[in-house]
Amino acid sequence: MGAIEKFQEIYENRHAYARDWNSRHPDGKILGCFCTYVPEEIPYAAGILPVRILGSHEIEDDSSPHLFGMFCPFCRDVLAQGLQGRYEYLDGISDGNCCMHLLQAYEAWGLNVKPQPKILRVDTPSSTQNRHSRTYLRDELECFKEDLEEWVGKEITDEALDYAVEVYNENRRLMKQIYELRKADDPPITGLESMYMVASSQMMDKAEHNKILLEALEQVKERKLDRETGTRLMTVGSENDDVEFLSMIEQKMVLPATVVTDDHCTGTRYFWQEIIPEEDRLQAIATRYIARTPCPCKDFPELRRFNNLLKLAKEWRVEGVLLMQQKFCDPHEIDIPSLKDFFEENGFPTYFLELDVTVPLGQFSTRVEAFIESLTLDII
Amino acid sequence: MADVKKYSTKPFDCWGKAKELRMDIYQKLAQKASGEKDWLVASGGTEGLIGLPAGLGEDYVFFGGEPYGASTGAMGKSEEMMGHCEVKGYARDLCGYCRNYLGSIFGDQFSFGGKYPHPDFYFQLHFCDTHGKWYQPAAKYTDKPYFVIDMGAPYRWPKWNESEKRRKNKFNYLVTQMHDSIEWMENITGRTYDDERLADAVYNEIMSTSKWAKCCELNKNVPAPMDEKSMYAFYIVHVLRRHTKEAVEFFDMLYDELQDRIAKDIAGVEYERFRMVHNSQPPWYALHMFRYMEKFGVVCVGSQYDFMLSGGWDYYYDENGIFHIRAGEPPADLKDRIKTRDGALKAMTSWILDYGLTIRSFRFPMIERRNIDVAIARDWNCQGAMMHLNRGCEGWAVGQLEARRALVEAGFPVLTYEGNVADPREFDESRTFAHINAFMESQRLKKLAN
Repeated sequence: MGAIEKFQEIYENRHAYARDWNSRHPDGKILGCFCTYVPEEIPYAAGILPVRILGSHEIEDDSSPHLFGMFCPFCRDVLAQGLQGRYEYLDGISDGNCCMHLLQAYEAWGLNVKPQPKILRVDTPSSTQNRHSRTYLRDELECFKEDLEEWVGKEITDEALDYAVEVYNENRRLMKQIYELRKADDPPITGLESMYMVASSQMMDKAEHNKILLEALEQVKERKLDRETGTRLMTVGSENDDVEFLSMIEQKMVLPATVVTDDHCTGTRYFWQEIIPEEDRLQAIATRYIARTPCPCKDFPELRRFNNLLKLAKEWRVEGVLLMQQKFCDPHEIDIPSLKDFFEENGFPTYFLELDVTVPLGQFSTRVEAFIESLTLDII
Repeated sequence: MADVKKYSTKPFDCWGKAKELRMDIYQKLAQKASGEKDWLVASGGTEGLIGLPAGLGEDYVFFGGEPYGASTGAMGKSEEMMGHCEVKGYARDLCGYCRNYLGSIFGDQFSFGGKYPHPDFYFQLHFCDTHGKWYQPAAKYTDKPYFVIDMGAPYRWPKWNESEKRRKNKFNYLVTQMHDSIEWMENITGRTYDDERLADAVYNEIMSTSKWAKCCELNKNVPAPMDEKSMYAFYIVHVLRRHTKEAVEFFDMLYDELQDRIAKDIAGVEYERFRMVHNSQPPWYALHMFRYMEKFGVVCVGSQYDFMLSGGWDYYYDENGIFHIRAGEPPADLKDRIKTRDGALKAMTSWILDYGLTIRSFRFPMIERRNIDVAIARDWNCQGAMMHLNRGCEGWAVGQLEARRALVEAGFPVLTYEGNVADPREFDESRTFAHINAFMESQRLKKLAN
């Protein structure tokens, strides 16, 4: 199995990986993270394995007694995983005070999933733009660190934090190097494979993921895909690990297309920015989480995310942008009309799609194909 | 019928005053829009720090997005306003109030007549996911400055590892942002900020929200002196203008009147054989639902929403660990504390972080929030609960189903109905009334009269 395929293997067998990690680290703890604002470096420094909790894209009704149907399909899908017992190996759960939808899934998990995991929340600021948010987050991280130290019964030293930051930064650098290769006329890695790469990094011990990334980087440099690149697309939205949807775009349409970059929290938003080390380790970590490409729910009063997206679209020579919105996600919904205008004013055509736990592939493939056709029409 | 006690009832003496205080705001906004008078208008979330801009001058008027969205719904103008919003590409499942507000901007219409009253600036306290985002398109479209105070990290409930260190950090974060906001307001308006006006606003806000909570506590009485529909007419005074002297005077007047009604056994409604707690905002265009329930001798006596929207509530655990709520008590030395700008801002911060239970509930939506409903149902002598599964407000809908489960576990039957706080297209009236009928039948409550 090649390194690229290993990402898919881990993604598809995430629970087996976690249980195996547990058997290799009998004293270790596993922390389920509900969003990418959990500063994973700190639990990692404590010997804890942080894993992202993602849904399974299956129809479910387990969450219905706990979450009203107007909340986003992702948060319901996430909660369902816990209620179905798929994450029984988690010792604790954490949330980075992201959106109210996921906070509900988080608290409902704490209330209803047995055995009840340790609840370790980080109260990150809601806005990352005001000038006090870095200081505030630094001090909140100190409290989070103390919570973790009490939980694991040992001090998290500066050396351990330095090691964690180094491992995480390496992970970010390597994934970014692979993303760089997608700028090529014929990218050697597809959008679906890239998604597997990033999502698997959220499910693995980063040191182990780095080893696969190093292999993957060597392989990808020499790789030629037996497929036509076609139209270069960018996808923008919240979480997106919808395998069916991505394979539809890249494998199942008459008109060829490739997702060459993205703005998702299962994509660039998760790893694009590194931590710049400084003497105060917690301040360095806080600075990174404040300065990262924001989730729309933390991006106000200005719309700072937009320029990052435009830069990606330009550098990866995107021809069309798919604006993918999880149904009921207010922060993304409010951004979308402005984002659509912003992209189009800058010469990037957009197409809007609304996602649920499962997507209507037949309808979507017709619509996306029509969009691609409109991009490739010759002007008479 | 013969054995159901009939209480005497009468209209509230202060009803007209409540209406006058509410309409005063909208009249001023209409004057702003027409150019008749150039009030200094700040617009933003009404749960927020509406007293902060008061230091800019006595001509300051706050234009609260949520009550405006609600009024638009109650006046039957949502579809028109929301239509303007949908044309621009905004999703139909966005916050109902937000769509009414943005629609007013895009359509340049004010629901009370005339054109949209362009504020001088937007000023928001963010704790709901929609809050900080709502005024981004508003500010862009109207080309007005926008400031947000981040309140997304309120105090935790005690069982959530809330150390003193964490509380201090949150306190400082909020105070420093308030200081910044004053500098920002001075810069964009060119005015000098008056700290004495700030002190008055802080004093009034604390006193009026505490007094409203005390009014709500009087509703524990059987019969309840206020029914839910009347409470909506009163609570709006603190929602719109709790930082004003008029609000304090109003709630003092209301409190006295409620005590008088209790002494004289005057009820909010004639028949009160089954008391209910309501959950979430009502569908504002269908308030007659409460009148329909009166036919069964059923009355709603309160909700987290109208009790707590603007703060003013404390909580405690009794000797058995049972959770209760009670009115927040203003500090005895409040007037001394607010003599300086920093003192006033700290007093406001303490009040909001300690007694702004709504804010806390939005960010910690289930584990303790559900107990607030149970506490109201139990301590306000209710027999059941009514829950609006509200598609129009994600903040008030978070945690609803866990609250329902907690109520049922505590022995309170729950009548749920689905709708939208402002969008009548998402409300099925006949089905809701059928739900009410079925619930009444399950509780063996027949209509007393038509």
